[in-house]
Amino acid sequence: MGAPGIVMTSAQHFLPLVIGLPLLAAVFCLLVSNSRWSARFSILFASIHTLVVMQVLSSLRDSGSVWRYELGGWGAPLGIDLVLDGFSVILLFATTIVVLCVTTYSAAYFKTPQQTSRFWPLWWLLVAGLNAAFLSGDAFNLYVALEIIGLSSVALVALAGNVSAITAALRYALVGLLGSLCYLMGVALLYRAYGTLDLALLSQTVQGTPITWAALALISVGLLLKTALLPLHFWLPPAHAGAPAPVSAALSALVVKASFYVLARFWLDVCSPAASADALNLLGFFGACAIFWGCFAACRAKRLKLLVAYSTVAQLGYLFLLFPLTAAYGPSAGSAALAAVAYLIVAHAFAKAAMFMAAGSIQLACGYDDIDRLRGVVSHQPISVFTFAIAGASLIGLPPTGGFIAKWLLLNSAIDSGQWWWIAVILCGGLFSAIYIFRVLILAFTARQGEQSSSGGPTHPIPQTMMACGFMLAIATVALGFNAEWLLSYMDINLIGFLAGTEPLP
Amino acid sequence: MFNKLEFEENAKKTTRTSRLIKGLSAVTIGLLGSMLVLSVISAEKAAPELAQTALDSISLSGVENPVTAVLLNFRSYDTLLEIAVLLIVAVAMMPESSRNTSLTAANSRVPTHPVLIGLIRCVIPLSVILSAYLLWTGAYAPGGAFQAGAVLAGAGVALLLVKRWQLNYLRLSARAFMALGLAVFVIVAATVIPATGRALNYPADYAGALILIIEVAATLSIAFVLILLVDQLLNMANKQVKPQDTQTEGLDKS
Amino acid sequence: MSQDLIYCTTGIGLFALGLYGVLFVAHILRKLIAINISGIGVFLVLLATAKHEGVVDPVPHAMVLTGIVVAVAGTALCLWLTVNIHCRQITQQGESK
Repeated sequence: MGAPGIVMTSAQHFLPLVIGLPLLAAVFCLLVSNSRWSARFSILFASIHTLVVMQVLSSLRDSGSVWRYELGGWGAPLGIDLVLDGFSVILLFATTIVVLCVTTYSAAYFKTPQQTSRFWPLWWLLVAGLNAAFLSGDAFNLYVALEIIGLSSVALVALAGNVSAITAALRYALVGLLGSLCYLMGVALLYRAYGTLDLALLSQTVQGTPITWAALALISVGLLLKTALLPLHFWLPPAHAGAPAPVSAALSALVVKASFYVLARFWLDVCSPAASADALNLLGFFGACAIFWGCFAACRAKRLKLLVAYSTVAQLGYLFLLFPLTAAYGPSAGSAALAAVAYLIVAHAFAKAAMFMAAGSIQLACGYDDIDRLRGVVSHQPISVFTFAIAGASLIGLPPTGGFIAKWLLLNSAIDSGQWWWIAVILCGGLFSAIYIFRVLILAFTARQGEQSSSGGPTHPIPQTMMACGFMLAIATVALGFNAEWLLSYMDINLIGFLAGTEPLP
Repeated sequence: MFNKLEFEENAKKTTRTSRLIKGLSAVTIGLLGSMLVLSVISAEKAAPELAQTALDSISLSGVENPVTAVLLNFRSYDTLLEIAVLLIVAVAMMPESSRNTSLTAANSRVPTHPVLIGLIRCVIPLSVILSAYLLWTGAYAPGGAFQAGAVLAGAGVALLLVKRWQLNYLRLSARAFMALGLAVFVIVAATVIPATGRALNYPADYAGALILIIEVAATLSIAFVLILLVDQLLNMANKQVKPQDTQTEGLDKS
Repeated sequence: MSQDLIYCTTGIGLFALGLYGVLFVAHILRKLIAINISGIGVFLVLLATAKHEGVVDPVPHAMVLTGIVVAVAGTALCLWLTVNIHCRQITQQGESK
């Protein structure tokens, strides 16, 4: 299956801009280094970035085919190509919206010059890394992009400045470096056996030989470490809970998705001849374990941000159901599962970012985020609690949110492929998520006893923009629920024969 | 495994996992390694088609050294992102509090030791010349921006170790040095678009000159960032040792 | 061919050795050294891949150079975090005394 017809339209020139713009913004913010101006320019840059990506989205729909952009003009094997297809454009869309909201939120969140002078350059470098990963069509280039994402995330977590956050950052950094090395070893083996780094060319030549198995295993271990699938998830909760709120939002919403995206590319497309049905089912099994364990740990969490972080572990589990659902039945059922997961990624990104923003606002307003002390918080934080509730509804999968459509699509694809046990997992996971979401909401809505209200009243007023950003994202999860068709239609522009390589496995 | 991180110097060298588990894991890792070796042996190395293409295209790349051609022309996008990686670490490690000094500040500690004076007078200028040579030679022989930057950084670190000079990394000029490599790379990548229609696609006639511009900027940035990394680590370690007398005791005894 | 094999085996051996170190050595500096040893193993495999009869492939060389810079950056960041934590722990201990 070759690359579909390459049509070069003028809008394709926006592709390098999507990566270059955040890089320039990073340089700019580093040079300005004045908190107020950095924040203003960042919001401006984020708006331009959104416009550019929206232009890319609409032009991609018009052109109706996969885009390739040859950087340096050399073309695939010698140079590096940027590739844009339905899957990557959906992720790009999620990134853009979350980046716009998080940027606006951060402009109000970070105040001290020590934090802003680092945050803005690091933030834009992270955005550049994310965009680079979603657009990359080259295995080694993906390594560098993942490394940008990993290191800037670590640096952003360490911005929180307390010992526990920095320790979490150090653990995250070690795991990230180890994961990257495993990935690089896998890429080295692929290059050794097939002589190219371009993903599309690799997918045409790769065979199911031992060296491909070895390469796929190494790449998977590396990326699973970075994606925090269950047995390898230990680093995620402290890092995501300890980071400053806007950073937590970006980490949970986007950063873990980048490595999942690469993993999906390798299993379903690049190395698909080496992917056996058993291995795909194993990934799904770990995903199911992650759903249950994540929900269980979230129910026991003592702090609000830790609860949200464990909920990320659980929600990541759903993504891994993609693998068994594509395994059993050929391309058509497979592409339905992929569409469901792509949609779930967007829905989860919006909901989780909104949730972390709400949790951050509550923490900033109250000065703590211990769940036991949140009783009656709705009386002085109505908007944040409302944001939390809508985002929670999306995580549980209640209509009319995006999460509902995503779960619905996943259930459909499980029914179509006749794998009833995944249906049970999806439904139980939704119920368990309801437990920890309602645990928080019930406390928040319970009236405070008279004597307590005087002791723990609201202490810090928080900027309106922060609450508005979280609320906008929560609204976006609902809007997403009503515009599912629009987003899912991008999956038709599929891709370097993404699933065409996946034969129905025995 | 990662839950317990030891920071103390005298800490036990290994984790408190039982010997059995460790032995089993060692055997497992050994087995996996052997399987990896077997899988590598089992596969033929791919024919060097890409190498041939790269060597054939060198005349179009503006440089003669194939590695430089790959790094700064064929796969220049990787190098662009890699300079961004260095910038991330530099930004993360920038000092927090600002001293109100200019970029370079000298104190009154004039070095008197003959070895130090020799170092400043001979070794450092030589390193700078060597770095420039490495940068220039990268066009047709092994060398280039990273090697030159590393040597230049070595000279800078040696100079800072004399303790007479200090750099203020928060000055605008310092930040400009850090960002220079990335900024120039991105600007060159964008300015060639009107000429050739592709980002990073240098016009053949100017390729050599553009690569040299990028390499000079990258060398300066890399050297500055590496100096910052070493200097900041040393500063923090020193700060940590000073107030704690117990920490310095060990050093005095040895 | 045999030369290629020696390099590959050594590279994979170093990779595995580093992997064991990262997992089972507690001290953070040793963990970092172990990660760097693993990295060198990967670079050795890449360099072995570069050598063909008659031609030397420049692409793995460029990959190794990029990889080295990334490894330096990652190691520096980890060291900085380590020193940072150690500093803060010492001040905390000092305050509690």
